[in-house]
Amino acid sequence: MPLLQVSNITKRFPGVLALNDVDLALHSGEVLAVIGENGAGKSTLMKILAGVQPPDRGDIRLDRQPVRIDSPRAAIDLGISLIHQELNLCDNLSAGANIFLGREPRRRRLIDRDAIHRQSLHALQRVGLDISPDTLVGSLPIGRRQLVEIARALSTDARILIMDEPTSSLTGEEAETLFAVIRELRASEVSVIYISHRLGEVQGLADCVLVLRDGENAGELSADQITHDNMVGLMVGRDVTQFYARQAHSVGDPVLEVENLVVPAWPQHRLNFSVRRGEIVGVAGLVGAGRTELLQSLFGIAPPLSGSIRVDNRPATPTSPIDAIRAGLALVPEDRQQQGLILEISLRHNVGLPGLRHHRQTLGFADRQRERADADRMIARLDIRTPGPDQVVQYLSGGNQQKVVLGKWLALEPCVLLLDEPTRGIDVGAKEEIYRLMEELAASGVAILFVSSEMEEILGMSDRTLVMHEGRITGQLERDDLSEEAVMQLATGKAA
Amino acid sequence: MKKILGISGLLLFVFLVTWISEPRFATAYNLQNIIRWSSLFGIISIGVSFVIITAGIDLSIGSVIGLSGCLLPMLLIGAGWPAPAALLAVLGVAASIGLLHGFLITRLGLQPFVVTLCGLLFYRGLARWLTADQVQGFGGAHDSLRQLATGKIPLTASFALPIPFLIMLFLGIAAALFLNRTIYGRYLLALGNNQEAARYSGVPIERMILLAYVICACTAGLGGILFALDVNSVQPASQGNFYELYAIAAAVLGGCSLRGGEGSILGVIIGAAVMRVLYNAINVLGIPTQLEFAIIGTVILAGVVADELIRRVAARRRAAREAAA
Repeated sequence: MPLLQVSNITKRFPGVLALNDVDLALHSGEVLAVIGENGAGKSTLMKILAGVQPPDRGDIRLDRQPVRIDSPRAAIDLGISLIHQELNLCDNLSAGANIFLGREPRRRRLIDRDAIHRQSLHALQRVGLDISPDTLVGSLPIGRRQLVEIARALSTDARILIMDEPTSSLTGEEAETLFAVIRELRASEVSVIYISHRLGEVQGLADCVLVLRDGENAGELSADQITHDNMVGLMVGRDVTQFYARQAHSVGDPVLEVENLVVPAWPQHRLNFSVRRGEIVGVAGLVGAGRTELLQSLFGIAPPLSGSIRVDNRPATPTSPIDAIRAGLALVPEDRQQQGLILEISLRHNVGLPGLRHHRQTLGFADRQRERADADRMIARLDIRTPGPDQVVQYLSGGNQQKVVLGKWLALEPCVLLLDEPTRGIDVGAKEEIYRLMEELAASGVAILFVSSEMEEILGMSDRTLVMHEGRITGQLERDDLSEEAVMQLATGKAA
Repeated sequence: MKKILGISGLLLFVFLVTWISEPRFATAYNLQNIIRWSSLFGIISIGVSFVIITAGIDLSIGSVIGLSGCLLPMLLIGAGWPAPAALLAVLGVAASIGLLHGFLITRLGLQPFVVTLCGLLFYRGLARWLTADQVQGFGGAHDSLRQLATGKIPLTASFALPIPFLIMLFLGIAAALFLNRTIYGRYLLALGNNQEAARYSGVPIERMILLAYVICACTAGLGGILFALDVNSVQPASQGNFYELYAIAAAVLGGCSLRGGEGSILGVIIGAAVMRVLYNAINVLGIPTQLEFAIIGTVILAGVVADELIRRVAARRRAAREAAA
């Protein structure tokens, strides 16, 4: 009999069905991995279990008893703790104070510091963390902070730990420590729900895998079925090789030429590369390798310290995005909601924003006819699903929002398109449309430079791949030399 | 649009309640006064709404009104300047104040609250020092110039339209066109909502924020000129005191969000009118004037609370509709 039995959970957000009749079963002392593409509903399901959001309907049973988890407090009281993707610790407080935050033991109405010290020391030892409870959390490396958070969960007598992408910002060594802790917890009958994109980890750690796809159960894998191919097959729901539309085709002269570029974030390195007309160049590397900083420098968000950028043989070293746009560059940034869109205004005004300057009329009046025409054109071309051009973009789904970001740049007909994680957090269908669009744009002569952390995307889409490691370009791989191993070698700085 | 209906409703409500309780409220004389003062406050409220749309604030408006109100009679009477030169000089001082604010905020990255709070203190002190705290006025001179604030255009035998209303109307239309139809207005609304995304879209953030503070200071300067022409005895220590708060309150009542990115000029003008009608109602109804601030505060709070409650009900209905779909 499972410890936790979740049945028929459904959750709808404006414009998207996040979870549709999802089931999950977790046994005592089991590590259950929940995997799926971005937008498959993993995080929503976990938020429901942790009481952050209520489900629209569905049934949750703990030890066979039906339970209502209507607040994070209720979840903790039931023994369910969520370890957040973004750590929820106060950097300015000590480890002990964080562990007991909000439930400090009292003595004569004052905080009992001795009890905090004693009990948190015990909790820290359980996760193998050899630090004083008085250590300031802000002074700990990320991996250790995460262990503090797990210690906090354990000190609330958690029986079920939910970990959302726990290794996304850990070094390899820190991740190994975490895995060891998880294995020990499992031995002491604590159950873990483990969400990760890293299939290698899942393979090494999980007793059972639940795959979600587009908010529905796509399948379950028991211990002996957990293989990379099985997982990917269920996640994508089709043969992976057909997913990418990329075909080899002819490329033209260099459009974007970068020489001795010095990016503010990595002043010690010089970057050299070029992208040719009709070419799709991928930029691979680990998180923090300097890929986003490179694009931001090209686009004038963080103007380069020195070096030269030429677009179409004209000097185009930007001091601001305005310069970059004028030179024919466009950037689809990493954070769609914060950088890509103004969520509170309409689709039409979002699409029109970068072009306002170029189509202004006397006295600075905006060309509203043109704006309306551009919005209509982009809705049709990108197949944006919206009630109309006046829809406020925050009510669109992630994939459609991303299409709006693309639309606002395509309306300007750029000659170089910079894409930073263009398919992050959008559903499989929209992903495929974006790949097809990249293909079309390349065929029409646009030079595309795209950053991606999804290996399959790099392998599937790029004509050529730049690999970055700690602010340097450690190598360039032509399509024939491209393989996951070659990229990882360069991305971890092992090869020259 | 809903916000404008709401604020118009509030205006109508206060107006009718006062009228029914005291019919003398609606005499032509009283209405003309209300319109004149609403227009003067409307002018400074239009200015501050541009700053609020960028998610900023300007606390120095009252002091700029005081300073420009002192400068105008000093230049006209004391220095004997011709009227056009004196007006331009006062507006020039106001514009430079706005430039200074904008520069400190965009280039040095200081907080608008702090910069304009220091401005509030500084310009008041400057006005009092320049005038040695002596009351400034035009005496009997410059009657034609004073018509800008006190003049009326007769419409019927008993009713005449105050000239400040026409000035406010002209400014209001220009401001509404600027905000909604020009690329600069779009830029302001965009960066007020999300400065980072606006920057990624090629919006010249710093220049636009600077412009908002210049607009605000210029309308405060214009307001200062008109208020001085109207009262004809400018107390350097008190002229314009608290006016920034009236202007901010009018802007908020009129639908501007202090978080930025939201606002309509028509709403702000109606908001200013609500403030003046309330103020006048307190006088006409014989409510102790000591309660003036308490009542204005209560009505604004009630308006904002009602707005929030309506928003929540609407959000819940929306969620219910989505769930049912």
